[in-house]
Amino acid sequence: MMIKKISLIVVMSALTGLSMPLLSETTEVSSLRGPIDLEQDSTAPTMKKYNKDEEPIARDYVQQPPLVPHKIEGYRVNLKSNKCLSCHSWKNYRQYGATKISQTHFEDRDDHVLANVSARRYFCTQCHVPQVNAKPLVENNFKPITAISGE
Amino acid sequence: MTNKMSAMISRLWAVLKQPTAKYSLGTLLIGGFVAGIIFWGGFNTAMEMTNTEEFCISCHEMRANVYEEYKETVHYNNRTGIRATCPDCHVPKEWNYKVVRKIQASNELWHKALGSINTREKFEAKRLKLAQNVWRAMKNNDSRECRNCHDYDSMDFVDQGRRAVKQHSEGLDTGSTCIDCHKGIAHELPDMRTVDSTATIGDN
Repeated sequence: MMIKKISLIVVMSALTGLSMPLLSETTEVSSLRGPIDLEQDSTAPTMKKYNKDEEPIARDYVQQPPLVPHKIEGYRVNLKSNKCLSCHSWKNYRQYGATKISQTHFEDRDDHVLANVSARRYFCTQCHVPQVNAKPLVENNFKPITAISGE
Repeated sequence: MTNKMSAMISRLWAVLKQPTAKYSLGTLLIGGFVAGIIFWGGFNTAMEMTNTEEFCISCHEMRANVYEEYKETVHYNNRTGIRATCPDCHVPKEWNYKVVRKIQASNELWHKALGSINTREKFEAKRLKLAQNVWRAMKNNDSRECRNCHDYDSMDFVDQGRRAVKQHSEGLDTGSTCIDCHKGIAHELPDMRTVDSTATIGDN
């Protein structure tokens, strides 16, 4: 038994030793700056543009914070005002035809319900983000569950 | 003293009433005409000098606060390189409205002398009131200065985003004006707690 194991290790390491130089020739590690010499300047990738106004984007999983289907450039969220809530608050959403913020946004971490948006839910872009038309960096086979996709 | 004064005024009046014997009518007419041009031109030139961004930000109150904030916005820096400077939005283009605004500005000179907003803290404390003054003025004149460039009739709704189309076509019907929605587009908003508590933080 022992001898079998040792011989297996020997064979394996021999194989690895053989394949190592082969691997390094065929697949080189490419860094984010691309195959450019260290001494050369890399060209910056072009800036992605945010999508124009679109219809609300369907969620991919139940707990997903809904994505922002419009540009939010120049929208400030600070202690003095919150541009998002000037349309998405419960008072304003009807006038502007916006989606109102969820009821969960009024609860603090101890599940106490507050009169106004909870401080931990006030900074919208921590969870809700606008979209650009970017290809996924890695292949992804994720599919929403039937409850969302209906398939 | 009063008698002396009234005597002087009546003597001056008598001189003014007398027809001139020394100067020809032509000299008087041409002289008056030239003097009129110089006076009127000088007046307008001086007024236009106060109508430049350079003049506005020669006071640190403007340069350090509202001007710095404006530099972050689309009216300063944008795709096509068109810029709206301070007077484009804050001073009317038509002469009569412009003169009225310039007279109102004497109040701003007074407060400059008083130092009402000469620190960031003082400015922040007054920001809501100052902003509301501008909002009220724009509401009352139907956002006249916005419309010098942005004209409803020239807007192509097809080219606008989903949200803009809805709001703009509804706005046309309900008689809303630009400033009703477009607050805080060129400068930071004041503390909005008293304006719309649902769009600020904390229990109100």
